[in-house]
Amino acid sequence: MIRFENIHKIYNMGENEVRALDGITLDIREKEMAAIIGQSGSGKSTCMNIIGCLDVPTEGKYYLNGRDVSDLKDDELAEIRNKTLGFIFQQYNLIPKLNVLENVELPLVYKGVLEKDRIDIAMEVLKKVGIEEKRNSMPSQLSGGQQQRVSIARALAGNPSIILADEPTGALDTKTGQEVLEFMQQLNEEGNTIILITHDMLVAEKAKRIIRISDGKIVEDSGREAAK
Amino acid sequence: MNFKQSFKLAIKSLKSSKMRAFLTMLGIIIGVASVIILVSIMNGLSKDMTSRFESMGTNTITVNVMGRGTNRALAIEEVEKMVEENPDYLDRYSPRVTASVTAKRDVNSASTTVTGVNESYDDMQSIAVTDGRFIQYIDAERRQKVCVIGTYLVQELFDGMDPVGETLKINGSAYMVIGVLEETADSEESSGDDIIYIPYTTATRLAGSATIGSYYITAVDADKIENTMAIVERTLYSVFGDEDAYRVTSMSEMIDTVNEMTNSIALVLVGIAGISLVVGGIGIMNIMLVSVTERTREIGIRKSLGAKRKDIMRQFIIEAATTSSMGGVVGILFGLGAAYVAGILMDLSVAPSWNAVFIAFSVSVAIGMIFGYFPANKAAKMNPIDALRYD
Ligand SMILES: Nc1ncnc2c1ncn2[C@@H]1O[C@H](COP(=O)(O)OP(=O)(O)OP(=O)(O)O)[C@@H](O)[C@H]1O
Ligand SMILES: [Mg+2]
Repeated sequence: MIRFENIHKIYNMGENEVRALDGITLDIREKEMAAIIGQSGSGKSTCMNIIGCLDVPTEGKYYLNGRDVSDLKDDELAEIRNKTLGFIFQQYNLIPKLNVLENVELPLVYKGVLEKDRIDIAMEVLKKVGIEEKRNSMPSQLSGGQQQRVSIARALAGNPSIILADEPTGALDTKTGQEVLEFMQQLNEEGNTIILITHDMLVAEKAKRIIRISDGKIVEDSGREAAK
Repeated sequence: MNFKQSFKLAIKSLKSSKMRAFLTMLGIIIGVASVIILVSIMNGLSKDMTSRFESMGTNTITVNVMGRGTNRALAIEEVEKMVEENPDYLDRYSPRVTASVTAKRDVNSASTTVTGVNESYDDMQSIAVTDGRFIQYIDAERRQKVCVIGTYLVQELFDGMDPVGETLKINGSAYMVIGVLEETADSEESSGDDIIYIPYTTATRLAGSATIGSYYITAVDADKIENTMAIVERTLYSVFGDEDAYRVTSMSEMIDTVNEMTNSIALVLVGIAGISLVVGGIGIMNIMLVSVTERTREIGIRKSLGAKRKDIMRQFIIEAATTSSMGGVVGILFGLGAAYVAGILMDLSVAPSWNAVFIAFSVSVAIGMIFGYFPANKAAKMNPIDALRYD
């Protein structure tokens, strides 16, 4: 499903270059739940952004569902993000001017789904994350945990094949974080492919596969054998 | 991103900061309002003038004789002959002899103009007599010292009492008043009500010249005015043998000239007012650029959810166009109101043109789209990663 072949991401900062990713080769298969861990600055987010088609690698090949997406144009990447990827961010990233329902509808709007169907789908995913009674609230009126659930609902609305979460529990207290994680596990059991980044080993252990990155390289991959 | 959503969002962000929205729209409001006011006033002015000329008859042809060498006059017989020979084109005629005079009765006196005409003149110029009668054939034939006076002079000389049958003195000689003209201009000085008509034969004497300098001739059909004028010109040429000896003009020609003039003045003024529309557009562009920066993160989120360049582009252009068209609507309403008030205060007739309203609205929408393009493009081109990271 996801296949990285010797991916490099190099930032040129004037004189010296930063090798954020330095030759990553990786396979993630359908219905897997993988946790990417590593120290701050090790390249986790960079890796995730490339998986999420938000960024393109400097070198190497990235195949998503068998398609080479290493050097696609902006709009082509946007379409892939819209159809196959769902994002959950550490800072929730809800649009403050839109209410809960409108936020969840967004991926469907860009998909070109008709308004009536959008509302049906959005209500369904809001129900799934258990927050449908807040559909008319503004994001600022919700607690962090509630906002994160809205953002999970939004990620699910487009019915993506892969859900990417960059430190989804980073801004939540332990208990709420735990709830969110359990929910993600549940999603995985329902057949969603999930990749999450975390600092927290306890969190990572909930995933079946742990990928440890250090200085832009994979130093440990518990699921490599399984993936092959 | 569909149109309806973008529009709703645009309205929302306008509502959320009303003062900023108002200031952004101010340039457009002023520009549109001044265009509407100017067009309304110029339009009213031109309509006024046109109707004044039209009241003199669009089928009226004026002949002015300057003369040449010894042959200085156009005898009335020649005009009569021309009219009789061209019954399909020419209808009626009247000489027109004017003189500035002093009219007196007892201690009252007034400076006014005397116009010497024949019996056809009242019909040709749609002049109505409310009391007594107009000049008749026999008056001209016998060089009667009779006159028809306007209501201003009835007030000034006769203190408002019925003047018919009374006499007044024009430059010292006595004339009998045989009729009073219908009031047309509130009996004001130097208006259409400040006038005396006398028989043209009497007027030539009064003016101190034996010749008639000008004629009014009516065409049978106002639509054939050009052919009719050609006939008149041909006849005059055969009399004088020189094109410079006379001038033939028509009211419809004058109306055209006046309309052309007011139109080009209006165009210049509207052009100047248009500059403030451009300034307004720049104001919108400025605020849109700020708004794009403020909403960098939102743009990043939208892009991460699959918004393409054109989706982001459309959102910001619709927002800019909504702002400017709201400004346009406010400007139109304000302009129409101000034109109406100006019309009352300055005693002008104002005629708002729906064309101008429509064009002003379209222009304000277009300005939003044009000046919104650059900021929208900036937003659309943002890199999703950088935009998401932006604080
Ligand atoms: N736009 C950029 N320009 C230059 N260097 C960058 C850029 N983005 C990331 N980097 C560098 O790439 C390296 C990896 O960054 P990345 O954000 O992937 O780390 P991370 O593992 O997610 O860290 P954290 O756990 O703190 O989120 C860092 O050294 C960072 O400085
Ligand atoms: Mg990170």
